[in-house]
Amino acid sequence: MTTFSIPGESPLFGAKGWAAIAAFLLTTVVLVPVLFLVVPESSPFHLSAYFVTLIGKIMCYCVVAVAMNLIWGYTGILSLGHGVFFALGGYAFGMYLMRMIGHEGQYQSDLPDFMVFLDWKAYPWYWSFTDHFWYAIALVILVPALLAFVFGFFAFRSRIRGVYFSIITQALTFAFMLLFFRNDTGFGGNNGFTDFKKILDYRIADPGTRAALFAITGVYLMGCLVLTRALIRSKYGRVLTAIRDSESRLMFSGYNPLWYKLSIWTLSAVLCGIAGALYVPQVGIINPSEMSPANSIEIAIWVAVGGRGTLLGPIIGAGIVNGAKSFFTQSFPEYWLYFLGVLFVVVTLFLPKGIAGWFLKFKGAK
Amino acid sequence: MTTNGQGDLRSGETSGLGHLMREGVDVSHGPILYLDDITVSFDGFRALNGLSLTVDAGELRCIIGPNGAGKTTMMDVITGKTRPDSGSAFFGQTIDLTRFTEAEIAHMGIGRKFQKPTVFENLTVVENLELAMKTDKRVRASLRAKLSKEDLGRIGETLELIRLETEAGRPAGTLSHGQKQWLEIGMLLMQEPRLLLLDEPAAGMTDEETSRTAELFRKLAGTHTLVVVEHDMDFIAEISRIVTVLHEGSVLAEGPMDVVKNDERVIEVYLGR
Repeated sequence: MTTFSIPGESPLFGAKGWAAIAAFLLTTVVLVPVLFLVVPESSPFHLSAYFVTLIGKIMCYCVVAVAMNLIWGYTGILSLGHGVFFALGGYAFGMYLMRMIGHEGQYQSDLPDFMVFLDWKAYPWYWSFTDHFWYAIALVILVPALLAFVFGFFAFRSRIRGVYFSIITQALTFAFMLLFFRNDTGFGGNNGFTDFKKILDYRIADPGTRAALFAITGVYLMGCLVLTRALIRSKYGRVLTAIRDSESRLMFSGYNPLWYKLSIWTLSAVLCGIAGALYVPQVGIINPSEMSPANSIEIAIWVAVGGRGTLLGPIIGAGIVNGAKSFFTQSFPEYWLYFLGVLFVVVTLFLPKGIAGWFLKFKGAK
Repeated sequence: MTTNGQGDLRSGETSGLGHLMREGVDVSHGPILYLDDITVSFDGFRALNGLSLTVDAGELRCIIGPNGAGKTTMMDVITGKTRPDSGSAFFGQTIDLTRFTEAEIAHMGIGRKFQKPTVFENLTVVENLELAMKTDKRVRASLRAKLSKEDLGRIGETLELIRLETEAGRPAGTLSHGQKQWLEIGMLLMQEPRLLLLDEPAAGMTDEETSRTAELFRKLAGTHTLVVVEHDMDFIAEISRIVTVLHEGSVLAEGPMDVVKNDERVIEVYLGR
């Protein structure tokens, strides 16, 4: 009898993995909020609002990297336009936040300040119902999903692959950026949305609201991680790897890659959109620069640095690059881009599988 | 050992003429593949030029011909990768191959091995076989798929047949060239095809591997139909009953090996070079 490990029979996570997830959840849901809210400012253990916001923001980026890893790392499809899904999720939730400003704006009008400024008398049709929280949440999911589905359907059906696909996604996010820069589009032009006041009935500036958003982001990040692991360990995940390795072999084995690519592509976009929606209230602003091609390229760099096609790599990559970014842009702003460039060159030359791949190699060598 | 594998490959299939086949491939009149007057042009170059070819169910047919004779294009047409400009391609009596996609055609029972061995390099040998296995291959089914005892049994038998039991857990990318060729053949068999198209299956194999491949093909013929494109004349002589010679996109000669070998035109365009 032959023996082999049965595909798909490995556990979702080992004991260590579950322990790490539990520790992370405990930190984001209990420890950080306590250190931020309860521990007095005079204590050395107190966490500042700046710190909590920064880490919350980076966790949103980590989700984007995890989503990017699904489509690029595992399926081999490089998107250079993932920023557009992140931004659309952010804008969708931003519409709700703008409505919640109510009369607290500069002009004390029913309309957001930018619309008053443009001399608009009523909300455009697509702003209908955006004052309802759950409708806004639905938009956060559906708008990126719809765009990804329609775009992906035509691109994948036409069998656009490789660098051609990457270029088209780059064009997509660029086109959206230009569209959102226009004042007439109705999303605040180049200033975007800002000056938010409330979510539901909670003041955004309240420390409690901040801590809650932080905790939700942490839980969401872990959720995305578990989802990734579950997908990758299923036969579906192995088909994704097969698409990356040899799509034509897969077709002649009786699979239609279209629906596999389209499903993972759309899922990836939705995960990004939700991350964008969590990002906007924490950072307090969304504007079209989030859709700039450079932003989307940076997402690819996070994943490449951390390790494509590894579970934790994208989180490590997004964490390190963004952590370094906030350090450099404060301490040595003029050197940030040099650092990013050097980092990318070093990773490409010496760590083709990223930081996580490097660790795994060591583990394997032992 | 290998006979067990064989027995399993046969199970559930009926192979005699006049039987109703699974997948609804109707071979009641004998032939499983009809190509009629097929023409394919690429930018004015006629890769296939009025090609007509019939292969009977259970046959082991070898196709030879110089480079550019249209062998690979013919496989592309049969497997749905290329649409012919004119002519018709039928699988059995009823299935018009020109109307289906690659995946649909694979599902109906046509398996294809590429010239360059093509396997999923980052998946293990077992996972390669798992993905190839005949089953519901839509997204929803894949999300829930679990291997049953029978599935594992089939994978084990195929592993034995292709002699990769000891390599089962290795990533396919680390296999030798010959082992990859065998794995790809094993993947085709997991699809339970009626018709196998094999593009240079013995390329890069050692002599021993080549003769084992010949042995395997002879065994598969009868229950399966095999169309083999090859350049290795010794290999062809070992396995083939009927040889078709392609030249400039159409059939130049067809018949038993020793007849074809002595055909003046064949010698001129191919053998005698």
